[in-house]
Amino acid sequence: MGVEQPLGDNFITTSLDSLVNWARKSSIWPMTFGLACCAIEMMATGASHNDLDRFGIIFRASPRQSDCIIIAGTVTKKMLPVIKTVYEQMPEPKWVVAMGACACSGGIFDTYSVVQGIDEALPVDVYIPGCPPRPEALLYGLMKLQDKIAKERNSFGSAIGLGERLEPAA
Amino acid sequence: MAENNRAVVKLKERFASSIIEIKEFRGEVTVTVRKEDVVEICKFLKDSLAFNMLTDVTAVDYLGKDPRFLVVYNLYSIPNKDRLRIKAPVAEGDLTIDSLTCLWNSANWLEREAYDLFGIRFNNHPDLRRILMTDDWVGHPLRKDYPLQGPGREPYKGRLS
Repeated sequence: MGVEQPLGDNFITTSLDSLVNWARKSSIWPMTFGLACCAIEMMATGASHNDLDRFGIIFRASPRQSDCIIIAGTVTKKMLPVIKTVYEQMPEPKWVVAMGACACSGGIFDTYSVVQGIDEALPVDVYIPGCPPRPEALLYGLMKLQDKIAKERNSFGSAIGLGERLEPAA
Repeated sequence: MAENNRAVVKLKERFASSIIEIKEFRGEVTVTVRKEDVVEICKFLKDSLAFNMLTDVTAVDYLGKDPRFLVVYNLYSIPNKDRLRIKAPVAEGDLTIDSLTCLWNSANWLEREAYDLFGIRFNNHPDLRRILMTDDWVGHPLRKDYPLQGPGREPYKGRLS
């Protein structure tokens, strides 16, 4: 082959980032959490035809086991404290996907009882437009999230005390 | 016509002084009564005329008119398959009306909703708290003078481009 393998056949060498980011992006476990009609589309995306499982995306019923929350629907001001609690209960690292017009901006509900975009309360990683977005759109958004996770630099290393986390250029 | 309605005839006999208006529109009979007598009238309707179900309690805000609010009760008689609507005016200066929870338990949550969204207080209600908005909410959103986008925001002025 021309490549020397001094450690034998049973080893591969890679960077910690590549390994950790590959593991993280291949097992995004979102919180089972729906708010409105977008949740129906999210369920359709998880079902057999679109099949989120093939990305390693498996819905978890507990925030303690989740590392992603898909805000699927209209966030009312009454629901916001609940969402914040769920988000706080998720262990790091964690990502937020704003699914649909309501979660991105309040959508058509420009009214006193609705939060005008979940980014007023949570740090959103991916915004998915649509009312509601089709399953393809959600899949695309989640693949964008995978790309974003793959670009993280030293987020695992900094967590175990090896240097600083590097923010990748957008 | 409304004048021949069985319930209206009985109400006219017994509560002539408390009836303000009787109206029929597309087969729906509405009797407007003084708010002081609403419990007595509903008790009579329930016990003697078998209007045994209170399907809805709500209110209407006629901003700028006096009295400003009308509290609306929709009654249904399960044995007679008959409906009747009772309205009672509530003026802005005295935003209270007697609770119907002594007659129908369904009035409990319905009156809490009317209190929450219109700010009408129901006397003798066992648990008059907000039901839809959060406990610390300020104002009553279904009033006509409540800003649609909430008190803290610049109101929408239409498309600017």
